[in-house]
Amino acid sequence: MQLIEARPNPSRVMRWAAPPLAILLTLVVAAILFAMLGKPPLQAFHVFFIEPLETANGWSELALKASPLILIAQGLALGFRARIYNIGAEGQLLAGAICASGVAIYTDGMDAAWILPAMVVAGAVGGGLWGAIPAWLRTRYQAQETLTTLMLTYVATYLLSWLVSSPWRDPGGTNFPQSILFSEAAMFAPLFEGLRVNTSVWITVIAVPLFWLFVSRSFAAYQLAVGGEAVAAARYAGFSASRTVWLSLVVSGAAAGIAGAAEAAGPVGQLTLSLSPGYGYAAIIVAWVGRLHPLGIVLAGLLMALIYLGGEAAQVSMQLPAAISWLFQGMLLFFLLGADAFVDYRLKRRRQAAGGKE
Amino acid sequence: MTLIKPGVGWYTPASFVSRFEPPAMSAPPRVPPPRLALCHITKRYPGVVANDDVSLSVQPGEIHAVLGENGAGKSTLMKIIYGAVQADAGQIMWNGREVRVGSPSAARQLGIGMVFQHFQLFETLTVVENIAMALEGRFDLAALAVRVKDVSEKYGLPLDPQRLVHSLSVGERQRVEIVRCLLQNPQLLILDEPTSVLTPQAVRRLFDTLRQLASEGVSILYISHKLHEIQALCHRATVMQGGRVTGETDPRNETPATLARMMIGRELPVCHAPAYAGEARAVLQIDRIRRISADPFGVSLHDISLTVNAGEVVGIAGISGNGQAELLSALSGETQGRPESVSIAGVPVGHLHAGQRRDMGLAFVPEERLGRGAVPGMSLAENFILTAHRQPALRRHGLLSFGRAREFAARCIERFDVRCNGPQSAARSLSGGNLQKFIVGREIMQAPKLMIVAQPTWGVDVGAAAFLRQTLLDLARSGVAVLVVSEELEELFEICDRIAVLAGGRLSPPVPKDQTDAEQIGLLMSGPQEQPA
Repeated sequence: MQLIEARPNPSRVMRWAAPPLAILLTLVVAAILFAMLGKPPLQAFHVFFIEPLETANGWSELALKASPLILIAQGLALGFRARIYNIGAEGQLLAGAICASGVAIYTDGMDAAWILPAMVVAGAVGGGLWGAIPAWLRTRYQAQETLTTLMLTYVATYLLSWLVSSPWRDPGGTNFPQSILFSEAAMFAPLFEGLRVNTSVWITVIAVPLFWLFVSRSFAAYQLAVGGEAVAAARYAGFSASRTVWLSLVVSGAAAGIAGAAEAAGPVGQLTLSLSPGYGYAAIIVAWVGRLHPLGIVLAGLLMALIYLGGEAAQVSMQLPAAISWLFQGMLLFFLLGADAFVDYRLKRRRQAAGGKE
Repeated sequence: MTLIKPGVGWYTPASFVSRFEPPAMSAPPRVPPPRLALCHITKRYPGVVANDDVSLSVQPGEIHAVLGENGAGKSTLMKIIYGAVQADAGQIMWNGREVRVGSPSAARQLGIGMVFQHFQLFETLTVVENIAMALEGRFDLAALAVRVKDVSEKYGLPLDPQRLVHSLSVGERQRVEIVRCLLQNPQLLILDEPTSVLTPQAVRRLFDTLRQLASEGVSILYISHKLHEIQALCHRATVMQGGRVTGETDPRNETPATLARMMIGRELPVCHAPAYAGEARAVLQIDRIRRISADPFGVSLHDISLTVNAGEVVGIAGISGNGQAELLSALSGETQGRPESVSIAGVPVGHLHAGQRRDMGLAFVPEERLGRGAVPGMSLAENFILTAHRQPALRRHGLLSFGRAREFAARCIERFDVRCNGPQSAARSLSGGNLQKFIVGREIMQAPKLMIVAQPTWGVDVGAAAFLRQTLLDLARSGVAVLVVSEELEELFEICDRIAVLAGGRLSPPVPKDQTDAEQIGLLMSGPQEQPA
């Protein structure tokens, strides 16, 4: 006996109830987990979700982390709607950071207003090109972008590793694999004295309504959505399948690249191996939890940033392992995908009459 | 679905009945219980009652029709008998005993066989391998092949057990399905719309087989909406409408009109085809389309040429799988070829994709409504944009106006009588017939010069089918060139001015409707090898 049956219409309620449900289930399992580790769950939650927001610095860090997550997820969501699964935003982020850092390194010592904008552009171009490779492989050779984007992430990681350990290594450093510290002209200025949050968050603030307009009103986004839902219908209407692939991967690559530039020119201030704490991967979860909707992504990005902060706080004050943030991310995605099944399906009701048992 | 119309070349029921008088059935003795009796079967789905207190009984050796249009609940009822669906209420009596048919395999064990409308065969396997897969327990392929041959010959269903299924015609594939059922010695055989894919000649052969089975005591449940077939073949008919039984009768004592009234509550509507007064310019010119199929099971197109003029309806008859899909996508632009292979109003468009051909005045209604003609999860308003986005009111500076799309969709819904919950309902929530009305309406609202329609009324109820046919006729008479690809001969004879046949990837020269008849077209449909010299 099957337990679930298809709904005649996808459930709108369930579509938006799934993320809160997934969050709730994550918290329940986390509570059990904390209890098993010998930590009182309520105290752990307090450390995880309340303490980081009790200080101005906490809010600053939240914005600093949410900004790249939201920006990357907006780009990814565009492709996900078209069923173009770019899971290599991490690599595109690194490619963007590399290009932006190149600008910073070769203009070191100069003081010009164009340097920072040039870095942002270089980041977008680098990330966009890194996304264009799988687009070309997909449209030319039918190579699945799910694999190629992921594999290119490793290429980007090794490219970064080579750059910071040989040509771009800081000659004045102590042989650490990292570039020089960027000059002030190549850095985003802090928004508030003494806090790390910087002007790069404006990029995200401006990008969100643009993405919203694009997704909700543009013909291009409509074509992406049709291509994602029904390939035959897109062909029937004469929408180009390869343009869908190119648009999805290049735009999401460019968004990730800008996020990478903002990381290098922001809190990190140089090119290092540990440039990104996995924003490119976490953004995939942000996009799904945010229901691929520009505003949903903002909320999901803030939540994901809080999980990052809470994980750090839990390490410090409760001696929990660093993996705890990853665990939260994983559980969140797991429960979300599970809950998502009920958008299109529902539990079978027990038959009212006529013999037989379930 | 509209059936008999004198003077259109379709066989009249009288000739059919006289040629195939069903064997007079010896009145079944009262003593043995009915082979199958359904008592007060009710099945509810969310929002609909598919079967509402349905009762019917079938005697041994009886050919019993279940008549009703699409959505009347016939298929659900058959699925309940075959164990694929469980009833919410009611009883099933089998040879006088109450049974619970929990699964198709339980049904087969009782002796119930079913031949589905859509065949369930593996193309890469042989006939005997396909049959072996349906049998339970161990089998010996060589011995089974002999049995297949015996049974198929006994019932006039000649089959070579060693042939691969992909090389079989549709009629032959149906034989495989029937023989597969017969090998299990069924006491009841259910056939779901078995003639929808057969030529008139193949229909007659099938009826001979069914009569032979009935004379041996096998009960047959025959599901159809084709009145003349039921009159020619069946001993009794249960008529269903909206999930309920609206009548039980001996179809041989009825007329098509009385049966239609039982089925849809009124007379069968007929189309009016006035003469075209305008200028008959060539709008669609197809020039030697040739497509060698890369798929070993695909169909290659061989030098297909055809001209469709403004003001006329040209029909392409033939059974699906003879190049219909390939030809349609070559015409719509979903596949491209030589520029001159397709011309619209004199402009070569064969190299253009579907959107560019639409810019030239093409409208197209594909056979697959969900997933091709419409995006399943999108609303009707959003689906309206799919082909209507070229209207300036809908798209400006790359931005869409969904408000206007809703207005347009609402207009389409009203004008074409689409039953739905408004422009916001998802395409997949509509019945096939209503979605078809929406898609046809959307395409007509693009004011095309050329309209290509595949299977215009497949799955559409009788009233809506007549409406759609009349709509296409009116469209043509307003100066549009209309090309209809259909499996339903009656439909083509009703609305077309000229009819061609596509068989084996070859198109016969189009013939004016009044110079041919269903028999001739049927011969062409069965392919060149079976044509008279």
